[in-house]
Amino acid sequence: MRTGFDPGAEAARATGAILDDTLRGSSRGIVVDSPPGAGKSTLVVRAALELAAAGHPLMVIAQTNAQVDDLVVRLAEKDPELPVGRLHSSDSDPYDKVLDGLANVTKSAKAADLAGLDIVISTAAKWAHVKNVEPWGHAIVDEAYQMRSDALLAVAGLFERALFVGDPGQLDPFSIVGADQWAGLTYDPSASAVSTLLAHNPELPQHRLPVSWRLPASAAPLVSDAFYPYTPFRSGTDHGDRKLSFGVASDGSGPDRVLDEAAESGWGLLELPARHTPRTDPEAVRAVALVVRRLLDRGGVATSERAEDPVPVTADRVAVGTAHRDQAAAVRAALAELGVTGVAVDTANRLQGREFDVTVVLHPLSGRPDATAFHLETGRLCVLASRHRHACVVVCREGVADLLDEHPSTEPVQLGVTVKFPDGWEANHAVLAHLAEHKVRWKP
Amino acid sequence: MSLITTLARLEAVDSGRAQPLATVRHRHLTDRPLVLVPLTTAGEAGAPLGALVGTDREAPRLLAVAQPRDRDLRFAFLAELAEAVLPHIEACADVVEPAERNETDPATGKKTKVEVELCLDAAQVIVPSRAGVEFVRLLGRSMRFRRTAEDNPDTPYPAPARVPLLGRWLTHYGERARVPGSSLLLASTDLLNRHWATGQSSLEDQHLGALLSWIDPPAGSSGAEAALRAELARDGEGQLLCPPAGPATDPDFDNRLLAPAIERYDRARTALASAEDGLAADARLGELSAAEREIRSLLARVMLPTWDAVWRGLDLLRQLPEGARAEDRWTRDRWSFTAHRDRVRSGEPPQPRRDDAVTAAQKLASRETAQAQLEAQEALDDPLVLAGRRLAGEAFLGTVSGVEMAYTESKRPSPRPLVTVRTDERPHLGERTKVYRSLDGKPQTAEFVRAEQETDQDGEILLVLRILDRMGRSKEPAPGSVPEPGERIAWTLFEHDQRGGPKLPDPEETPWTHGGPPGADAATRAEQPDPVTPEDLL
Amino acid sequence: MDKGVLATALGSPAPFGQSQFAFMRGNAFEAKVKADGGAELLRLLYERLGGSSAAPGPDVATPDLSAAGPEGRAARTALALREATAAGGWALLDHPMLALEVAGSPAYLEPDAVVVHPDGRWTVVEIKSFPMIDASAAAAKVGAAARQAAVYVLALERVAAVTEGAEVGHQVLLVCPKDFSNLPTASVVDVRKQRAVTRRQLTRLMRVEDIAAGLPEGTTFDPACAPEELDAAVAAVPPAYAPECLAACELAFHCRARSRAEGAVEALGRSVRGELGGLTTVAGVLAAAAGKEGDPADPTVAALRRAAALRAEALESAAGLRAEAPEAASVAGGGTPEGAAACR
Repeated sequence: MRTGFDPGAEAARATGAILDDTLRGSSRGIVVDSPPGAGKSTLVVRAALELAAAGHPLMVIAQTNAQVDDLVVRLAEKDPELPVGRLHSSDSDPYDKVLDGLANVTKSAKAADLAGLDIVISTAAKWAHVKNVEPWGHAIVDEAYQMRSDALLAVAGLFERALFVGDPGQLDPFSIVGADQWAGLTYDPSASAVSTLLAHNPELPQHRLPVSWRLPASAAPLVSDAFYPYTPFRSGTDHGDRKLSFGVASDGSGPDRVLDEAAESGWGLLELPARHTPRTDPEAVRAVALVVRRLLDRGGVATSERAEDPVPVTADRVAVGTAHRDQAAAVRAALAELGVTGVAVDTANRLQGREFDVTVVLHPLSGRPDATAFHLETGRLCVLASRHRHACVVVCREGVADLLDEHPSTEPVQLGVTVKFPDGWEANHAVLAHLAEHKVRWKP
Repeated sequence: MSLITTLARLEAVDSGRAQPLATVRHRHLTDRPLVLVPLTTAGEAGAPLGALVGTDREAPRLLAVAQPRDRDLRFAFLAELAEAVLPHIEACADVVEPAERNETDPATGKKTKVEVELCLDAAQVIVPSRAGVEFVRLLGRSMRFRRTAEDNPDTPYPAPARVPLLGRWLTHYGERARVPGSSLLLASTDLLNRHWATGQSSLEDQHLGALLSWIDPPAGSSGAEAALRAELARDGEGQLLCPPAGPATDPDFDNRLLAPAIERYDRARTALASAEDGLAADARLGELSAAEREIRSLLARVMLPTWDAVWRGLDLLRQLPEGARAEDRWTRDRWSFTAHRDRVRSGEPPQPRRDDAVTAAQKLASRETAQAQLEAQEALDDPLVLAGRRLAGEAFLGTVSGVEMAYTESKRPSPRPLVTVRTDERPHLGERTKVYRSLDGKPQTAEFVRAEQETDQDGEILLVLRILDRMGRSKEPAPGSVPEPGERIAWTLFEHDQRGGPKLPDPEETPWTHGGPPGADAATRAEQPDPVTPEDLL
Repeated sequence: MDKGVLATALGSPAPFGQSQFAFMRGNAFEAKVKADGGAELLRLLYERLGGSSAAPGPDVATPDLSAAGPEGRAARTALALREATAAGGWALLDHPMLALEVAGSPAYLEPDAVVVHPDGRWTVVEIKSFPMIDASAAAAKVGAAARQAAVYVLALERVAAVTEGAEVGHQVLLVCPKDFSNLPTASVVDVRKQRAVTRRQLTRLMRVEDIAAGLPEGTTFDPACAPEELDAAVAAVPPAYAPECLAACELAFHCRARSRAEGAVEALGRSVRGELGGLTTVAGVLAAAAGKEGDPADPTVAALRRAAALRAEALESAAGLRAEAPEAASVAGGGTPEGAAACR
């Protein structure tokens, strides 16, 4: 059914072209779009190592301290000898203590202390304060679509050329004040770093990682169609390559049936009766917790291309995603009540870039009486629907389709702004229509 | 909308009167604000119809354009507006105090203190609504690139002398109004909406008359009834009793009264032009003046209720004591005012049409700082605002129940006392979350250590905090710098002061990612006048 | 059905209408843009969307689209589009008529203009009288124009599907006055998003017949009826009043009055509902906040009670402070002037 598409070869070809441009190309910038789970971090680490090995010291710019520390650890895993500098802030606890155990890593709050190291890594915010240094020949900007244009402006003087890597489908950067007066300007400071870069340098080579190794064959087409309509990607695995099964049979309850549906099809929608609720809808929160509890109790095992034998789906391979922090807090409390520990429970913003076997999502519009721009934001739903390797269970109140119909998309349009796809309203409908085929009604 | 604001609105519905959203006034009001009530012509961009302007509520100056499509009449209006507004600004520009400012020496990079002038007060301008602020911006844009005959004798359709200058000032005011917490140019509706919650939606709150009806309803009437009257009630001629606060007019006013009056004026003008002798001309001049008077009186009639409403709003606001930190923000407005005065005096060109990359980024950064600052200051100044932050888990009030001395483990130990606080609130505290309290007007930092999870019958918990700073340099904390048992203290999870962002490159060093330096000709291009053609006559 | 007339008959006339100044200006501007066989319009279009085609010359086709009735005009338009596409030159269709099936019945749409390119591409042109100042325009107005144009694009796609060599551009040309003049300028707007949304809306739209079938027997919207009868009739249609309606619908003041009378919290804005969960009335929320109703275990009720307690405490403490410092609270304004009476 997949004649002529060899995901490994396609991905290798793309990576090869990117590295070739990075190491030997003459462009000042290279942009790489990476859909969820397409091997962005692997690419960043590989590009950094190859640049260093070729005798090009480089700086790496990431957006959060967690991302920086994660990259430092990954680099050390690949090459424990390579001298790496971790530039950090002068706040207390500026970096992950794990870094103290890595012999190759030098840590300092001053860029001068790290001069001469092969790779120096920090956040964009910290790099912005670095002044009066000799510019680096090369830089890698990670999560470039989550970086604001003004943050790039503050650091772009530090390097001569750069590789920009990121996922255009995730949450956009935002500002806490209005920035409409600059909309349409090529250098709108509130836009993403990539949109400014490309507006001024349209000739730069743009690459795309074409294969998601994370998303299963059941999820890639939906996520690609709904969130990347003009830049499609495919799954690295085929139907049947992955399997989720349970040691304990279903007890016929809603949570068990939705888990069976999700194990079978990759998606499950657990639908609670229509009702307007507060954000921390106690019934929905409890349903989410119960699904997680049953998933662990029933001895879920995952079969995949990664291992010969089925691997148990333990708590650390499961995540719960929500739109709001108070919802995450309520789910954590409900899980604690059921004696579940070790499951990551967080908002979409904080789940960005992470990967699990199974995710349970409290739908952003569940029980809401209104659909605001926040709840309709494409990136939020995209993050929540693209963290899993095997299955995603969505818990939601009935009636979201009608709610969407009552809040038709009436987005203002700024002249001169390149349209970003897709529309949140439309993407929500598309995902909902797909989920409706995997619906299980709530029954405790 | 936060739940506490929603509750205030519902209380307003229930009581028939607006309910307080603040217990102090969060914006500075000067003793002599200039009120400007502008009107514009429907369907035209930047074609003013009239204005009431002035600092004396009993004596507004009426400006009117009898035929808004006539360029000469429009210029006359703008020249008159300049004469009404600029003296107000210039009066403030000349009264200064000495002040110091940090400047970086471009050669050495060292920071030095420079003695400069700071205007003692800035000229404040109040317009009725947000649309009014937008109109000020539009007027500024339409005027600042104009050329006068003095600039260039060959300029086609030269503008009156002070019009470009007014354009530059209005542009500055319009831009400053985008800075959160600024009070240089304020909309009356924004001011009132910040301080009161009505029983209607925020959309309906944009109607100044309806808004005032809720805040200060006439005796014997509920806010809802009075607001409905303000929105819809019409007189025998079908005209609204409370016309829109502008700059847009009511279409019924345009169609039934204004259009016929303008038509009469046009006819009188044509007649005058074709007058064949002095006697006829005199008579026709009389007709023309009468037609003009009629338009002026029509416009005055629709603007006066708004003029009065703006002043009434100011009365209501002055009944609230000013928040302690509002003065601090006003000082920033004075700096901004002074800086613009200096730019004008040093002969700098008008503000460009669009910001360059660096300026845009700088403005965004400083506005984000101002926004965070404003939110913190309002909460610190006003228990009602703080209540909203407490409800959101971003602040809490607690009683100190114990203090245990502790020290850092270094050669010269510093005090790090552990303070136990009893509270019934549930702030969003995580491990080592920083919290702040105000100590003599300055923030003191503590970090969250642990919660003692024994909830008593009142739902109270004990939170242990470690005080981190502002205790002096010696081993023992300075007197009064450590909370004492029994003290009731407000802690915030947000910082009280904002750090400025990183320094951005100079515009001449704009990096390649942002298009590189703007180029030598960019500045000259940016201030070119709009092309003027006969078509410009609307 | 004329909702304006209906609203007046119900006793809640809405302050709608267009100023003749705006109307005249809009017409004059459109006429100016289309003068000389649309030479200026085609110049703007060619500058921005010309592609590799040769520039339009004096031989631009401007087919006559007049016909009897909307159906006839739509048929005439389709024919003209086919002929122009086959001819392989530039053509300007002034006020063509397009048909689109909405909720089971045909709706007729009249774009300001459609231009046929030599390569068979069709571009929708929208002429608006709001200004583009320094290349930017009011985003809400551009958004509305984009949604409107997307409907035209969808309708044109139906025709293009049966026209050989035709393709409908998803980029439309928005023509507006430049800065403070009445000289036209233009901007290209990509309407793919709006098109996708409209397409889905059309498939989801409740069929008009379904609404009609759900109404009680004998329901009438004839404004000649007694207000009570009309009121009952309008009440039979599922309403969804929100303050946004005030700017868009002639019946909004009527719906608002009803919504307020029912004590619906939405009358204060849709966002108000966000944190109120299942509570839908003002009285219900206030009773829950005051501890008179509701289950304290319900997070909404608990949050409301906390909000009420915090609010009361803050107001009390502020009153206490002011009692201590009476001079701070002294009235500075000095009463209300008589002039305000007009607005009261």
